[in-house]
Amino acid sequence: MKRATLLPLALFLVVLTAWEAFCRLGGIPDFILPPPTRILRVALGDAAILLPHAGITLVEILAGIALALAVAIPLAVGMHAQPAVERALAPFLIASQAVPVFALAPLLVVWLGYGLASKVLMAGVIIFFPITVSLLEGFKSCDRNYRILFQLMGASKLQALRKLYWPWALPYFFAGLKVGVSVATIGAVIGEWVGAQQGLGYLMIQANARLKVDLVFAAILWLSLMGVGLWVLVGIIEKRCLWWKPASDME
Amino acid sequence: MLVIKNLTKRFSGQPIVERFDLTVPSNGFTVLIGPSGCGKSTLFDLLMGIVPMDQGDLTWQGQTVVALQALAAYMQQSDLLLPWLTLERNACLPADVAGVPPKQSAASAGALFVKFGLEGFANYLPSMVSGGMRQRCALARTLMFGRDLVLLDEPLSSLDAITRRQLQAYLLLLQTEFKKSILMVTHDVEEALLLADDLLVLTAAPMRICERFRLDMPKPRNIADRSFLEIKSRVLARLEKEARW
Repeated sequence: MKRATLLPLALFLVVLTAWEAFCRLGGIPDFILPPPTRILRVALGDAAILLPHAGITLVEILAGIALALAVAIPLAVGMHAQPAVERALAPFLIASQAVPVFALAPLLVVWLGYGLASKVLMAGVIIFFPITVSLLEGFKSCDRNYRILFQLMGASKLQALRKLYWPWALPYFFAGLKVGVSVATIGAVIGEWVGAQQGLGYLMIQANARLKVDLVFAAILWLSLMGVGLWVLVGIIEKRCLWWKPASDME
Repeated sequence: MLVIKNLTKRFSGQPIVERFDLTVPSNGFTVLIGPSGCGKSTLFDLLMGIVPMDQGDLTWQGQTVVALQALAAYMQQSDLLLPWLTLERNACLPADVAGVPPKQSAASAGALFVKFGLEGFANYLPSMVSGGMRQRCALARTLMFGRDLVLLDEPLSSLDAITRRQLQAYLLLLQTEFKKSILMVTHDVEEALLLADDLLVLTAAPMRICERFRLDMPKPRNIADRSFLEIKSRVLARLEKEARW
């Protein structure tokens, strides 16, 4: 195994061991802080309880990503194609980030109910911003001389978008998507905390109320796995789409 | 034949190009040489219509035109190859944009690749080949524009000396083989002398032609030729005077 992966793994094991020792030797009760081995046992042993909820949360996250993409891509393309659109929308885009989006979660539940919709919207609202901004930045970073080349070839706006701007901005798009998927879990879980009948966030609130802290940790463990899984998945798709990039550029 | 008359451009009152006249004969190789910052790139921007001119008349083959945007192919110092396209698809880009079927354009590009020593590299990515090969691919793309007039803006200045020598031979093909009318800007006196029929020395601010050399020696030329050396020293002397180095 490479040193780069070995070192963080070793550190991780040291921290877990210390945690385990602290709980067992210090006699910390499980409803305050369960040791890692107990969390792992619950996470796997109670999988029958956890997995259906995790499935719901995953659906919310994926639908949130899809919603964000459906908004972010046309928005970025529109802002790129028409500077007037950008001038009109930019203040709102920035303002949408100044609003503490999580504070909207209770309202979304009032408006959209306890079902999936409010969580999907919550996740979508959080994810669309980094995707829009990075895609737009990607379009803008396109070298002037390439723009001139396309102009001189007589390329239409659509041709320039398809053959030049889009592939040019793709690395930026994936950078934004990676940021997006890593915060997507937060959006879905907050939505569930505020009001839901299912999902890992709902399970955590329920478990917390009954001092089943080990179950809370198990839910967090599954959430983290989902987050990491999404990140890896986006990385794989990125490598596929950017196959032409020299390996040295892909870190 | 391209005729430029009375071309004028000012940036915030400062004349960059003023009452500039130039003729590029059909199938001629006209080379502009001058101190850096004399406005050569601005000239190309004006001719291609990227920057609007304040004044001036352009005539191409007897017809008045506003800009050369749709008439000339333009090649720059940077190869401007798209890193996600193979050399073949890069060369075919102007044809793709014009709606030519890919198979048909690939055949044309293939023939050019043979001429330019890129045979067998059609499916390589730009990142996999040398700078000289990339520039040869850019040259093939320039020809794929299918236009009679070619503007070359220091096309070889990013290459090392040896690669540059090789590519000068390929540039000459534009005239001898492909019968293009060529207007080139360069900093390299030897390059200018190897390729030019008409060599024009420029002054800066505002840009104008201060001396013309008509070069009738047959091509391809030999850099070690005695008559060549004599003209070279005259051009250099003139350039030094203009640049006030």
